[in-house]
Amino acid sequence: MAAPAPILRMSGIGKQFPGVKALDGVDFRLLPGEVHALMGENGAGKSTLIKVLTGVYDIDAGEIELEGRPVAFSSPLAAQQAGISTVYQEVNLCANLSVAENIFIGREPRRLGRIQWKAMRRRAAEILARLDLDLDVSAPLSSYSLAIQQMVAIARAVDIDAKVLILDEPTSSLDAGEVAQLFRVMRRLKEQGIAILFVSHFLDQIYEISDRMTVLRNGTLVGEYLTSELSQVELIGKMIGRELADLEKLEERPPAREGAPLVEAEQLGRTGAIQPFTLTIHEGEVVGLAGLLGSGRTEIARLLFGADHAGTGSLKIGGEQVNLRTPRSAVSRKLAFCSENRRAEGLIPDLTVRENLILALQAARGWTRPIPRRKQDELVEKYIAALNIRPANPDQLIKNLSGGNQQKVLLARWLILEPRLLILDEPTRGIDVGAKAEIQRLVAELSDGGMAVLFISAELEEVLRLSHKVGVLRDRRLVAELDNDERLTTDTLTETIASGARS
Amino acid sequence: MSRILKHRLFWPLVILVALLALNLFFTDNFFKIQMKEGHLYGSLIDIVRFGAPLILVSLGMTLVIATSGIDLSVGSVVAIAGALACLRISGLSDQNSVGGVLGAVGLALVLSVVLGAWNGFLVAGIGIQPIIATLILMVAGRGLAQLITDGQITTVNSSPYKLIGGGYWLTLPFGIIIVAVVLALTAFLTRRLALGLLIESVGGNAEASRLAGISARGVLMTVYAFCGLCAGIAGLMISSNVSSADGNNAGLWIELDAILAVVIGGTPLSGGRFSLSGTVLGALIIQTLTTTIYSIGVPPETTLLFKALVVTIVCLIQSPAFRAKVFHRRRRPIAARPAAEEKVRVSA
Ligand SMILES: Nc1ncnc2c1ncn2[C@@H]1O[C@H](COP(=O)(O)OP(=O)(O)OP(=O)(O)O)[C@@H](O)[C@H]1O
Ligand SMILES: [Mg+2]
Repeated sequence: MAAPAPILRMSGIGKQFPGVKALDGVDFRLLPGEVHALMGENGAGKSTLIKVLTGVYDIDAGEIELEGRPVAFSSPLAAQQAGISTVYQEVNLCANLSVAENIFIGREPRRLGRIQWKAMRRRAAEILARLDLDLDVSAPLSSYSLAIQQMVAIARAVDIDAKVLILDEPTSSLDAGEVAQLFRVMRRLKEQGIAILFVSHFLDQIYEISDRMTVLRNGTLVGEYLTSELSQVELIGKMIGRELADLEKLEERPPAREGAPLVEAEQLGRTGAIQPFTLTIHEGEVVGLAGLLGSGRTEIARLLFGADHAGTGSLKIGGEQVNLRTPRSAVSRKLAFCSENRRAEGLIPDLTVRENLILALQAARGWTRPIPRRKQDELVEKYIAALNIRPANPDQLIKNLSGGNQQKVLLARWLILEPRLLILDEPTRGIDVGAKAEIQRLVAELSDGGMAVLFISAELEEVLRLSHKVGVLRDRRLVAELDNDERLTTDTLTETIASGARS
Repeated sequence: MSRILKHRLFWPLVILVALLALNLFFTDNFFKIQMKEGHLYGSLIDIVRFGAPLILVSLGMTLVIATSGIDLSVGSVVAIAGALACLRISGLSDQNSVGGVLGAVGLALVLSVVLGAWNGFLVAGIGIQPIIATLILMVAGRGLAQLITDGQITTVNSSPYKLIGGGYWLTLPFGIIIVAVVLALTAFLTRRLALGLLIESVGGNAEASRLAGISARGVLMTVYAFCGLCAGIAGLMISSNVSSADGNNAGLWIELDAILAVVIGGTPLSGGRFSLSGTVLGALIIQTLTTTIYSIGVPPETTLLFKALVVTIVCLIQSPAFRAKVFHRRRRPIAARPAAEEKVRVSA
């Protein structure tokens, strides 16, 4: 393939944050009409490279050329006007504005200076239809799930007339159907000669869509490769700098286990969120929940944790009838819930890693019983090491961590509590392959130790690998409860999700 | 050196020192502290003494602002506390009875806590926006204070009561000692115990805090009640100093000065991180400014303008974005120059 002239070229890029060299002498180029994957572990510098390119941060060293001319954008808006359209890792739309306003913010259709609302709504609906989305475009964005918000951000980005499209982990909370939809759009744009930069920790997706990839490690460039010439194993080796032997160590299926019932939900339900369901989770059992987006997986989790009030039914924990009115009462019964929406429901951005880590434990103890500093240090050190949180500095503000590392801190927040039931909603979202295997092994280990886990993930392989039992949801109803035996495969699971019947 | 420059309290401290230094030119012996009849005297002591009520109110305000709230009713609480205490004392058969004065003071403080908790209830229990919720008491509270004093200025003649705002103890003005105790207590509750972490967490992300098992409601109630208490103590100090209660004018506009002190001290109005020492500095800056206005003889009709001007300058110096714009212009990498010009063309 004779390479055409790159549309974008970055050379010798360096970026220093206080105490962290995020990028050091990185070269990167993007050819027109290609999908280029940017690969690397959590904290390798992918998002930072994108942010210095689009003017979120200044660069400390290096040069950027767009179509052969040197550029330095002062703001993302300037980058967008120069033809670089970006979806950042953290969805940064305005949740209180309507879907249509979000899509057109800053470029509203106008006549004589006045915004044409009707035209705007119509065009927004058209744009969304191209992604197979049928939404009420005048509803506030916050009324939709995180995945839909992510799709809206993508819809906005692909509609902008751009030469370069950047997608930083756009698929992290999407399911297979939406990913396929997104890929269709990406292929079409690619044929139009648009260069696409794509970041994802899902290797299968990378191999499906990308033509070429650039690998970063610890802020430095490892190399640029053609996707077709680099195997997955080689790629992982380049990303983490050693062979990943551990990944397959986990047994295919968890061993069966008998425990006393821990959580018994009887016709528990909430109007508009989830129809009454009956589900029992035993001690030491991992129960997976599978289903499409908006099928009610998160809603089950929130009811069991008391984040929402149940309208109907009853709940027993450890044999005792309970009425969970607040998360606080759930925590005091040693239930834990790691939300999928890390920015809105997890992080306290201005606090340090240490404070975020101990928050749930401190809340459980109450404010009159502070955790002694020595104990804090011990816990924080232990979990930073166990989850390989980087940079390993407890006093760093959590907002300065990379997305994957933030996720690990939130996970640790709940592990510290040593809960009886751990509810994990997309816990491996945005986490790199190495850390993902680490977390999966941790879940298996914890359940060996008697902890029950409710595991929600859009990745069916992951669900099957960990769960003893899988609950399948469809249209806000628990339609099936399947034992994880030889007959259950990702294919049969997909089928059950689609048909809503036991296969 | 750059560590010092970056310290949160560096700029407030610089401003305070500059303001104090300015006074040197206008007042002889400005920095001199004397011992007279076993009491400490001096302009610096006066600044702290007269600033004591503001410091107290600002401390409570700091915690409220840290939860991303605001309390506009502190001025009214100041008036109510003073009014109630004076009413009770004026009704005593012996105004100098220590027990009677203690009872009156206790009652006023309990009422202040209740008023604060009422704010907390409106904010946390019902979910009214803090600015509206506390506006209710800000307006109604003045009425309440006048009701208590029957629309008159109630004067008392009680030496135990006078001690709070005008007396001395251990060579120091009693007000300074009260401030020191309240400050120490606040620091203990928030930094030694874990209240500070929970407050900052609720202020940083309320929903995430709730899901982490924090009772955001409890935290908010506590904080607003504490703010009421601080305002109540300040109210006693102010009314004790003049031995009277004026429901109309006591603590008028103190909420604005308090908010300003908090912000100058480096606690953002959006909530989250807070700094108690910053707030104390902020309150001292405002008090020093008031003193300065008198000592350099700014004509009375322009004092408000003068104050506004200084506050604007203070806020600008405080702002990192402003400092970057003004002082660091030329520190951008030279290589980026031509590119920056390019940028203009691109975005046009
Ligand atoms: N604003 C900041 N201040 C300080 N350090 C930062 C800041 N932003 C990023 N970093 C650090 O820079 C490094 C690179 O972060 P970056 O977000 O680019 O990683 P990433 O490759 O996108 O990772 P992930 O896959 O987890 O999203 C990390 O060590 C991170 O902690
Ligand atoms: Mg990233």
